[in-house]
Amino acid sequence: MSEATKTGHGNRPQRQPKRPKLPRTAMPCQPAERRATNFEEVTTGYDDEMAVIEASRCLLCKKPKCVDGCPVGIDIPAFVRLIEVGDPAGAIVKLKETTSFPAVCGRVCPQEEQCEALCVLGNKQEPVAIGRLERYASDWETAHGASVRPRTAPKQGKSVGVVGSGPAGLTCAGELAKMGYDVTIYEALHKPGGVLVYGIPEFRLPQAIVARECEYVESLGVQIKTDYVIGRTLTVDQMLADCHDAIFLANGAGLPSFMDIPGENLNGVYSANEFLTRSNLMKAYRFPEYDTPIAVGRRVAVIGGGNVAMDSARTALRLGAEVHLIYRRTRDEMPARSEEIDHALEEGIVFDLLSNPTQIIGDADGWVNAIEVIDMELGEPDASGRRRPVPLEGSERRIPVDVVIVSVGTNANPLLTRNTTGLDLTNRGNIIADEHTLATSKEGVFAGGDIVTGAATVILAMGAGKTGARSIDRFLQGRPLLTDQEEEAIAAAP
Amino acid sequence: MYKILGRVDYSADVFMQVIEAPAVAAACQPGQFIILMIHQEGERIPLTIADYDRESGTITIVVQAVGTSTRHLQTLGKGDSISNFIGPLGMPSEIENVGTVVCAGGGVGMAPIYPIARALKEAGNKVIAIMAARNESLLFWEDKMREVSDELIVTTDNGSRGRKSLVTEPLKELCETGDVNLVYAIGPGVMMKFCARTTEPYGIKTFVSLNSIMVDGTGMCGGCRVSVGGETRFVCVDGPEFDGHQVDFDLLMSRQRQYRSQEKESLDTYLSKAAVTKVALANSAASNAAACSAAAVAAHV
Ligand SMILES: Cc1cc2nc3c(=O)[nH]c(=O)nc-3n(C[C@H](O)[C@H](O)[C@H](O)COP(=O)(O)OP(=O)(O)OC[C@H]3O[C@@H](n4cnc5c(N)ncnc54)[C@H](O)[C@@H]3O)c2cc1C
Ligand SMILES: Cc1cc2nc3c(=O)[nH]c(=O)nc-3n(C[C@H](O)[C@H](O)[C@H](O)COP(=O)(O)OP(=O)(O)OC[C@H]3O[C@@H](n4cnc5c(N)ncnc54)[C@H](O)[C@@H]3O)c2cc1C
Ligand code: SF4
Ligand code: SF4
Ligand code: FES
Repeated sequence: MSEATKTGHGNRPQRQPKRPKLPRTAMPCQPAERRATNFEEVTTGYDDEMAVIEASRCLLCKKPKCVDGCPVGIDIPAFVRLIEVGDPAGAIVKLKETTSFPAVCGRVCPQEEQCEALCVLGNKQEPVAIGRLERYASDWETAHGASVRPRTAPKQGKSVGVVGSGPAGLTCAGELAKMGYDVTIYEALHKPGGVLVYGIPEFRLPQAIVARECEYVESLGVQIKTDYVIGRTLTVDQMLADCHDAIFLANGAGLPSFMDIPGENLNGVYSANEFLTRSNLMKAYRFPEYDTPIAVGRRVAVIGGGNVAMDSARTALRLGAEVHLIYRRTRDEMPARSEEIDHALEEGIVFDLLSNPTQIIGDADGWVNAIEVIDMELGEPDASGRRRPVPLEGSERRIPVDVVIVSVGTNANPLLTRNTTGLDLTNRGNIIADEHTLATSKEGVFAGGDIVTGAATVILAMGAGKTGARSIDRFLQGRPLLTDQEEEAIAAAP
Repeated sequence: MYKILGRVDYSADVFMQVIEAPAVAAACQPGQFIILMIHQEGERIPLTIADYDRESGTITIVVQAVGTSTRHLQTLGKGDSISNFIGPLGMPSEIENVGTVVCAGGGVGMAPIYPIARALKEAGNKVIAIMAARNESLLFWEDKMREVSDELIVTTDNGSRGRKSLVTEPLKELCETGDVNLVYAIGPGVMMKFCARTTEPYGIKTFVSLNSIMVDGTGMCGGCRVSVGGETRFVCVDGPEFDGHQVDFDLLMSRQRQYRSQEKESLDTYLSKAAVTKVALANSAASNAAACSAAAVAAHV
């Protein structure tokens, strides 16, 4: 370790240094015209110099607001300071105290709503680019070889089964393995990673990064069994009876919603899940080298305004289509990361805002040839605080398209829960788990990630993985799931 | 990797394989299917579990070679392995004692109907099996079916074996008798459509097993959706068996044609690659031979 790590490790400087006012360091990107035709990563990452400059913008606040914005409470000023002093190895150690997969979070967290939203610099100028710095540190680690091997505790002689290999499952498994438990992950698909491999495209999160995170978890002693559909190949009850002392359910929110409008079963209408799975997981974008086909279309309509819609639109664009993104509110209400929206616009996606589909129209062969939309205007705010879109009668118009990608959300997949006894569910089919311990109604079974919260974020899923691991450890040690202090803190919270 | 323990060819296009997959064999029930991938660049294709042996941990599939994946699978046999084998998927058949059941299998559908017929028989039903094929060479498992049925009717389109008729003719006659309580019909889309039409006027409950295009097989993609009784259902998790009188078969068949041009492109690519390999093999064999008998060759030129 460098000198800087020894002195700077974990300790923030006592006094806030005086800072020159620098603009936020721009992220280097592939030019829009070029990246619109390839699947390589859009942003190329800070180099050492950029990282040091950007890190030097941080005021190293004593009471850092940014940390409150991070769902897992990363010690942001500490890791940023280590980058500033030229110690990325120290920074990665610091990051890994809290997050297992900084290479992923740095790329896909909605920072503008989380850590960066609360950064004090944001009041007068632009916030510190925390996510980009996090990515820089982890990319540095990848390029230079792992800086730390985590210590693993002696074997406990107890076994835990984890269902699902998305961020929640991988994190939980990794944490438990470090505590000395024998852990097996069961994954329904043929490749581990969850949404990180089947959903989020390579141009935003290269699969090599996800593969490396999975290998890291395996290097801790976790066994990943792919091709195992829990609820079918094996049930949770069998897992508890035959092979595991506790179970963590992290099977995600993978059931696509449709809109229930005429024409949705026509050929050429995809759920975003199907379109992205074909392209990412099955590599249909390299058809016929890979065997899975995909209907590319000349003109594609994508319906929705979230990350999933943006990913679908940009994938269709890269496959050669002209893409219309149809969203019923305005850009301000779009739930996608703002960087992705900017990138999509730069790449030439046409945004049809304040428009809502009313029907999909097909030709004689059962193929889509147009989508009908109606104009909307924003009315009073609804329960979510966003202004409710109201249709303008008589404003229907048709957009000629040959592929439609429906990206209006997902629900809980009932396959596993339907085949498990004694598991309480919400009326929407999500598993009910205690907010603080993630314990379910079934003894020895814990649950976290999208299957509990509904579709959320990678970092929340990782946080749930950690909480789940802590609870499972306490459960297997026969200790209460919450300590007295934790009980008190919860009671005292507003 | 999953080992192929053996392959038996029933015709130029139809073959049977036994694959080692203990976890699947331990859990599967009649009516369920698997998804396999031959290699990492391959696609995920669904195939019905035609038979299983829990003790030896094996699954039997019967496949009709139609495109890239199934043609490729057809070249594999004992000693080869495939990269992924996932299952059992789908809901098991609801096996009850209802009285008399007609089990109609058309084409490669004769395989998936076998374990269902066997289970129905074991549950105490009278089982009448109809096996229907275009011609004699496409028939298989007649003896196996005979074992699990009380009555067996064989039909071929051209009369080369059994009765010269479509499957619907004997089915209609059986319906006429008035003692049929339940019908299972498994085969190509058209066959199931017309079986369901045949039984409908008699009000006999008819199960069909739908073969829509799939990707994951776990309810995640929605690609397998069909319309049943006016509602969208996912074949891989809600099915594959549905009430045949409620299914929109025309939509099913239209959706099955979705990738026709890509499937052709893919098959052409595969066959040309396979041909290249064959030619290369033949060439290397020829050049070996040539090296050995250079003198003989020289005599010819
Ligand atoms: C296209 C897309 C883009 C996104 N972009 C972002 C983003 O930019 N930033 C962000 O923070 N979040 C994003 N998200 C959301 C984020 O990916 C999810 O919130 C997160 O992955 C949830 O993690 P998880 O571990 O709970 O579940 P998942 O990642 O869904 O993993 C669940 C795993 O369980 C497996 N599984 C399911 N059922 C079974 C079963 N019965 N047996 C065995 N295995 C099973 C699944 O195959 C899957 O691998 C995006 C989501 C999508 C779909
Ligand atoms: C639940 C289920 C059970 C099945 N059981 C059997 C069986 O026991 N034996 C058998 O021979 N066939 C069965 N099939 C059909 C089999 O899956 C297809 O023939 C196979 O996928 C064709 O792949 P291919 O690459 O060889 O041909 P392709 O050239 O890709 O396609 C040829 C035909 O197969 C259909 N098809 C293509 N891809 C898929 C896919 N991913 N899923 C489903 N259909 C597809 C297409 O509609 C097309 O008509 C079943 C299908 C389903 C859904
Ligand atoms: S994990 Fe996400 S929210 Fe937390 S600091 Fe990193 S980028 Fe920000
Ligand atoms: S709030 Fe902003 S300036 Fe303050 S420590 Fe956090 S990142 Fe640095
Ligand atoms: S195959 Fe994907 S949902 Fe059925």
